[in-house]
Amino acid sequence: MARAESLRIVHLDSFTAVYHRSSGITHLITAPAPEILATLGEAGMTFAALTERLATDYDLGDLDADALAARLDELVASGLVSAA
Amino acid sequence: MARPVTDGWLLARALRTPGNTLALDPAGWAALIATARAEQMIGTLAYRLEGLRVPQAVARLLADARASAAQGRVVALWEAEAARRAMAPIGVPVVLLKGTAFVAADLKAGQGRSIGDLDILVPRDRIDAVEAALISAGWEWVKPDPYDDDYYRRWMHELPPLIHRERDRMIDVHHTILPLTARITPDAAGLLAWSVEVEPGVRILSRNDMLVHAAAHLFADGDLAGGMRNLWDVYCLVDQFGTNGLAERAAHHGLGREVARALRLSAALYGQGARLNPADHLYLRRLTARDGWGRATRPFTRLGFYVRSHWLRMPPAMLVRHLWTKWRGGHRGDIV
Amino acid sequence: MRHVFSVRIGPIGFRIGSDWRAPIAQMESLYTDYPGPHDGVPDFNVRLFAARPWRRVIRPSVMIGGDFVLPEAAPLPLAQGLLAAEMGMNLQMALGQRRYLLLHASVVERDGRALVMTGMSGAGKSTLAALLGTRGWRLMGDEFALLDPATGLIHAFPRLISLKNAAIGVAEAAVPDGVFGPLLPGTPKGDIRHLVPNAAAIAGMDRAADPALILFPRFGFEAAERYVAPSEVFVRLTQASTNYVAMGERGFDALTRLVTTVPARAIDYPDTDRALAQVEALWRDL
Repeated sequence: MARAESLRIVHLDSFTAVYHRSSGITHLITAPAPEILATLGEAGMTFAALTERLATDYDLGDLDADALAARLDELVASGLVSAA
Repeated sequence: MARPVTDGWLLARALRTPGNTLALDPAGWAALIATARAEQMIGTLAYRLEGLRVPQAVARLLADARASAAQGRVVALWEAEAARRAMAPIGVPVVLLKGTAFVAADLKAGQGRSIGDLDILVPRDRIDAVEAALISAGWEWVKPDPYDDDYYRRWMHELPPLIHRERDRMIDVHHTILPLTARITPDAAGLLAWSVEVEPGVRILSRNDMLVHAAAHLFADGDLAGGMRNLWDVYCLVDQFGTNGLAERAAHHGLGREVARALRLSAALYGQGARLNPADHLYLRRLTARDGWGRATRPFTRLGFYVRSHWLRMPPAMLVRHLWTKWRGGHRGDIV
Repeated sequence: MRHVFSVRIGPIGFRIGSDWRAPIAQMESLYTDYPGPHDGVPDFNVRLFAARPWRRVIRPSVMIGGDFVLPEAAPLPLAQGLLAAEMGMNLQMALGQRRYLLLHASVVERDGRALVMTGMSGAGKSTLAALLGTRGWRLMGDEFALLDPATGLIHAFPRLISLKNAAIGVAEAAVPDGVFGPLLPGTPKGDIRHLVPNAAAIAGMDRAADPALILFPRFGFEAAERYVAPSEVFVRLTQASTNYVAMGERGFDALTRLVTTVPARAIDYPDTDRALAQVEALWRDL
C-alpha cells in the first residue's frame, strides 16, 4: 500500500517537476514516475491495483513487477511516496 | 565612532508592546529591523507586529520575514522526520530540543522562530547506535581536527556535528544538556523519562524541562550570544504554561539559580519587570549590547562573559590546555 | 558608522554605512539620480568596516558586513571600496531576498516585454545588456532579475553595471557619453569598471515587464542558435538562483510558470555586434 505525499506537480516536457510540500525539496522525474504518482494519488492503493491501473490508464502494460517495485522504492526513498 | 543611538531594548520594547512601534520614525524602524535581524528575531517580531498599521515598506519586510519563518519551519520539521526514520529501526525515539521542538508542538515560542540545526537528545548508552544509524542514513561528519573530535567525544554533551550529504543540513546529537566537565550536571535520564510524545517516534521535553533547558543553554552553555532570543523562548514558555513545579524541577537538575535568573531577565525584558540584583543588570547590559546597525557593542562586557562561559564548562587547567592546543593548531581565537 | 548613504534600486532600498568617506562619496556621485528607500526604511543594511581600529588608517582594508554576511569573506583594499559596497548589496540580495525569486541574469525591456539573459559569469550578459540599453532597449538590471511569484512579472533592479576586463573597453567605445565609475584594477575578478544606467533606465525603474524571451548567451564561439527545453531551462535557472530553495512553493510556482510560458534559446556569438543582431532577429520572430 503506497500513497503519494502532498505534491505539487507541473509537467514540463519529457520531465516533470515535483514540489514536495513536507520537505520543500524539488524533484525532476521522468516516466514512469509521474504516471505512478498520478495514479497513486493521496488516497493510495495496493501494488496490484497500481499495476493494473498503470496498464489500462497509461498503456504501460509491459512494465514488469520488479521494475515497478524498484521505481516505487526509489520514490519512497526520495520521500515522494510513503509506504504503509 | 558615533555613540549607539539605541540598543537591544528597542527590540525588547517592540516585542513587549507592539503598539509602541507606531511611534517610530524611519530611522527607528531601520534600527529595530537591523537589531531584530542581528538577534535572529525578525520572524518573531513580524508575528508580533502582524496586523498593525505600519508603513508599507515595513509591512512588506515583515511579510517576507513571516514567509521565511514558515519555510524554515517546513525544512526543520522535515529534518526531524528524516531523523525519526533513521532512528526508528534501532528503536530510539527522536527527542527534539529548542526551536524544532517549539514548532513541532505548535508552541507560542515557535511562532516566527528562526531555526538552525536540528538538535536532538538521545540516551547516552545508545549514542553509538544512533551515530551509526544516522551515518547509514546519509549524514556525515563535518570534519573537525582529531583533537576537537576527541575532546567532543569525551567531554562535550553532544556528538561532533553531522551534516546530511544530500540535504546539506546539520544535526546535533546531545546526550545531556551541559558539557560533562561543567560543574553542573543535570539529570539527563530524567529529561528523557519525562519527555512527551508529539507524534509516534517524535518527542519533546516536558514543559518544565524545556524551561530548564532554555536557562541552561543561555547561561551555562554559551557566552550569552543569542540571549535575547533565548529569553524570549523562556518568556513564551512561561506565558503559555506557567511555572507550576518549575522551581523544584530546576533544583533537581542543579539549575535552580539559572532558571530563577532566566525568569527575572525575561520578565525584565519582555514582561512586567522584575526585582533585579547587580549581576542581573550586568547580564542585561551584555544581552542588549547592539547598536542601530545591529552590531555587537560593549566589547569588554562581552569578553568577560566569554571567559566566564568557558570557565563554567571546563576546569581552569583544562581550559588552558584546550585553548593552547587550538592556538597551536592555527585556529584564530574565537573572541567574538 | 560615521558615513551613511541610502538608496533605492527598483523595489529594494539599501542603507550603507562606512568607516570611510571615500566609498560613500563615490556612491553618492554615481547614484545621484536614484531615489531613496520607500518610506525611508531600507530593506537591507550594508556595512563597510575596518576589522581592527588601526585598519581604518594603516593599509586600510574594507570588511563587508550587513544584515546577511558570509563569515569567511576576505576584505578589499580601500581603493576598491566602491566594489565592496556593490558586493555588499549583492550579498544582502543573494542571502536575504524573500519577496522576489532571484535569477542570476541581465534584463532589458522593450514595449513592456522583458528579455532575460542568463548564464555563467563571463558569458557577456552585462556587456550585452549595456549595449542593448543604447539601442532602444531599457536596461532593467545586469546582475539579478527579480521575478514576482504573485504576478509572473520581472521587476527592474538597475544597479551600476559591472564591466570586467575586456568588456570595459567595449562598453567605453559603445557608450561614449556614459557615466563611468573609477577603474578598479587588480580586483579578485580582474579589472572592473562600473557604468551608471542611463536616464531611461533610472526613470523607468518602477515599471515591471512581462518576460518574453530567455537567452543563454555564450561569448567566443561561432554564431549558433539552439532551442532550450523547459526542463533544461528550469534546472539551469535553479542553479543560477540564490534563493530558489528558500522561496519554497512560491519559487517553484514562479519558475515552472516562467519556463512553461516563455520560450528559451541558447546563442553562441563571436562578437557583440553579431550577438545584437541575433537578439533582434529572435525578438522579431517571437
